[in-house]
Amino acid sequence: MSRVSVVAWNTFREAVRDRVLYNLVFFALLMIAAAILVGQVSIGIEQIVIISLGLSAISVIGLLMAVFIGVGLVSKEMDKRTLYALLAKPVRRWEFLLGKFGGLLLTLVVNTAAMAAGLFAALLYVKHPLESSDAMVLVAVYFILLKLALVVALALLFSCYTTPLLAILFTAGLYVAGLFVHEMRGFQSDTMAPAVQAFLRWLSYLLPNFENFDVMASAAHGRAIPATLILQNTAYSALYCAVVLAAAAAIFSRRNLK
Amino acid sequence: MTDAAIEIENLTKDYPFGFLHLKKRRSLEGLTMKVEDGEVFGFLGPNGAGKSTTMKLLVGLTFPTAGNARILGKPISDIEMHRDIGYLPEQPYFYDYLTAAELLDYFARFHDLKAADRRERVQRMLKKVGLETARKIQLRKYSKGMLQRVGLAQAILHDPRVLILDEPMSGLDPLGRREVRDIILELKREGRTILFSTHILSDAEMLCDRVGVIVGGKLRGVGAPDEIVGVKAHGMEILFEYTGSSAGAVALLGKATQTGNRYRMQVSEEDLYATLEQLRGAAARILLVTQMKASLEEYFMHLVEADRAQAAAVEVSGK
Repeated sequence: MSRVSVVAWNTFREAVRDRVLYNLVFFALLMIAAAILVGQVSIGIEQIVIISLGLSAISVIGLLMAVFIGVGLVSKEMDKRTLYALLAKPVRRWEFLLGKFGGLLLTLVVNTAAMAAGLFAALLYVKHPLESSDAMVLVAVYFILLKLALVVALALLFSCYTTPLLAILFTAGLYVAGLFVHEMRGFQSDTMAPAVQAFLRWLSYLLPNFENFDVMASAAHGRAIPATLILQNTAYSALYCAVVLAAAAAIFSRRNLK
Repeated sequence: MTDAAIEIENLTKDYPFGFLHLKKRRSLEGLTMKVEDGEVFGFLGPNGAGKSTTMKLLVGLTFPTAGNARILGKPISDIEMHRDIGYLPEQPYFYDYLTAAELLDYFARFHDLKAADRRERVQRMLKKVGLETARKIQLRKYSKGMLQRVGLAQAILHDPRVLILDEPMSGLDPLGRREVRDIILELKREGRTILFSTHILSDAEMLCDRVGVIVGGKLRGVGAPDEIVGVKAHGMEILFEYTGSSAGAVALLGKATQTGNRYRMQVSEEDLYATLEQLRGAAARILLVTQMKASLEEYFMHLVEADRAQAAAVEVSGK
């Protein structure tokens, strides 16, 4: 077992023992209530409502976990000094960081997969049988995971050099900004100086583009999601995560643990 | 004891502080010392003297501003060096959701040990530190002393040649201290090199081949405990019992400290025999005569006070 996977497995074990996955109970209750309620009040759009509600809940719960647990991955270990004994072992600091990232990602995958199963159960309750177009929900869930991976990497980066509170603010700020990159790119105004417009355009390419991961409407309406988008988003998330994690490792490798 | 297991050369550490981290506080200044192979070396000093900073520099938790160090011939920046060292942090705290056995197994995995070997070692270490019966209890339920023992177990788990122990006796009751002392002595018998810091000077006197006293980030003295405090006697102490009321004894009793019928008196070596004669003449019962040596504590306090006086003088002169 590589050192990265040893750290990753322990991070996952921490999440399980600290009862992080208890949020699944809340999600299950939400889905059961929604399925029963939607079956009674909506006519013909049960599927759209259930899928939209389910994907939104998966995204929000995942984001909360990614930001709040992600920020604590390193800072908590430094505050509690649990890191001291570990880094005296033959473990490189980047291996520790990558392991922490992998561990939280594994937690999010398990959590998201369980919530997706709950969403399909609710969907099956309001309409049966399921259709092949419902597979688009799986693509939407996969995109949410890609998005969460990026958020975890950002949270990890910020927590390597600032306080947990600021790291939360920076990560959340970047996430919100990343939802508007298309608007920034196409923004044109007569009152704005050309230099500012050029800066905004440049910034829009630098910021993480979270808009591309949002295919909730297509999934809810059963519209096909192109394979090129799946490939493009996968490569984008992997590359962006790699760059952010490399920056985090570079910062953390020089950090003095007082 | 020929080769140095730990070689430290001009090690200096500045910590930035203040807004934008523009100011710097020197925690360690030009530390140069050696710990020989198989030696138990005690690092003494008041809080904030630079003991923990030195240890953190050696295990790679912080990075030196200047200077360098080698452990078993490898530079401290070499991650492979960590295979041969065991480190116990000050007031250790571990993942409290794990049991002691799980924590040790987790750490053992970083040393590429096979599952069967890991199981055997974990079992052996828990027995060694007296936590065999508490192996399946989560660490959040452990007392401070028990955590200290877990810390010691994880430090020696992989059979390291060099041990760096930061305050291994802190937080322990007298029984726990005795047990840790016995473990350190056992590790010494096994030929391991041990560098440990402590506030408890009697432990240092009992365990160490040599001690180093660090005050204000600077090393003030190194040597065997006897050597650095000096073997010359301060004087003699006489313990005697006296119940009479002889007029000749009254003058002597005035110089002694009384506890019940027993008296304790300090005299110079030259006056010893004359005083003993006087006591015998007054029918006092001599119980004990001992030579008084400067203790490590006195030496330590002398260095600390000298450092404070120097710091105060610098402050007054503004230099």
